[in-house]
Amino acid sequence: MLLAKIVGTVVATRKDPRLVSNKLLVVRAVDPRGKADGGYLVAVDTVDAGVGETVLVVSGSSARMASGLKDCPVDAAIVGIIDAVEVNE
Amino acid sequence: MHIARVIGTVVSTRKDENLVGLTLLMVQPLTPDRQPAGRPLVAVDAVGAGVGEHVFFVRGKEASFPFYPAEPPVDAGIVGIVDHWDLG
Repeated sequence: MLLAKIVGTVVATRKDPRLVSNKLLVVRAVDPRGKADGGYLVAVDTVDAGVGETVLVVSGSSARMASGLKDCPVDAAIVGIIDAVEVNE
Repeated sequence: MHIARVIGTVVSTRKDENLVGLTLLMVQPLTPDRQPAGRPLVAVDAVGAGVGEHVFFVRGKEASFPFYPAEPPVDAGIVGIVDHWDLG
């Protein structure tokens, strides 16, 4: 999974019916110290996260195992809000 | 699978209900000469690994298989602790 910071929101009116009522957010990968490190992604939010929070993003087919996303056409989902990362090196 | 070193821990209180009770660790993938290869990532621990240990992990949906029949939304999972490895 990726650590990422939420940097924005996405609004889409015309979309796959299985995406209706899902919240889409723009996230940017960050390193364990919170510094931006990598590209931007659109991810479905399943934990009521908000802009500025650091979150856990699951990618690929595993994203469909997040709560409420069964059989949805998604490949990135926010599945946790990060409280702390401790790196010993 | 990929070889990596566990470099830290991740704490999340608000998370998917199927992640409750699972341990999240930061892992740094390694090259064969034990140098960092690419960015660190978060992996779920299925074997009781700890910080500083060398491990191997799977990517993709298979990372959730150790927790069957639960299906936690994870795409990287530690499935073994490396005692030693040798490239001959």
